[in-house]
Amino acid sequence: MIRLPLALFFSAVLFSAGVYGVLARRNAVLVLMSIELMLNAVNVNLVAFSQAWKNLAGQVFALFLIAVAAAEVGIGLAIVILIYRNRETINVDEVDLLKW
Amino acid sequence: MSAQEYAFVVLALVGTVAAVRLVTAKNVMHAALYLVVTLASVAGVYLVLGAEFIAWVQVLIYVGAIVILFLFGLMLTKAPIGREALDNQQRGVALLVALGVLAGLVFLIQDAFRWDAPKVEPFQATTGVLGEALFHRYVLPFEAVSFLLLAALIGAIVLSRKEDRA
Repeated sequence: MIRLPLALFFSAVLFSAGVYGVLARRNAVLVLMSIELMLNAVNVNLVAFSQAWKNLAGQVFALFLIAVAAAEVGIGLAIVILIYRNRETINVDEVDLLKW
Repeated sequence: MSAQEYAFVVLALVGTVAAVRLVTAKNVMHAALYLVVTLASVAGVYLVLGAEFIAWVQVLIYVGAIVILFLFGLMLTKAPIGREALDNQQRGVALLVALGVLAGLVFLIQDAFRWDAPKVEPFQATTGVLGEALFHRYVLPFEAVSFLLLAALIGAIVLSRKEDRA
């Protein structure tokens, strides 16, 4: 038996690390990795709640989230490679064509 | 504390250290390898929580497929090495925001759940039970997800294809 707050604290730590990565990194691939970290934190929460309340909906939702994350990485890396091909850089602070 | 909780704490510590190293690594390849460690420890956490199917899906999809995708992305974009090349100038602000988020979440969690009230029982969510739920009750969302994956696949191919004969 595991105390529920323990799992939630672990998830909070993972999420905060992901927030730091998204804000502090300038390499687009590393930003995508940090986003994966945040999605994993959400999944830990979903599975922990699903087990605590004996409700399968949380685990089904976690499966869907994994699939959506896979789609997101595929599209994200395709966009990153396209940016690299056109601009010779994938630093997110140099790709500011749409910035006002 | 039970044996399961000790295992959970060890896995959580490994995952935490690897996650922090992931967002502070100076070498992109090291960051990708720390991502493997983090994802594997999260899979171990799922196993300890009793969600075996999610754990193996995590190993297959994340550690098997997504990390390989990231490694290919890193190889195709020849990322430089060094802190200045990988981080922007807002490290202090980012650290402040992340610590604020962490403090807020920890406060809310310990406020909402008493330390010993709800416990995660070894609820047997076997693959069979999960599959039955997936294909009876959640079959429509399942089809929507497969359509989304197909759209993402086609989109990725269209985006990354070289347009030399347009």
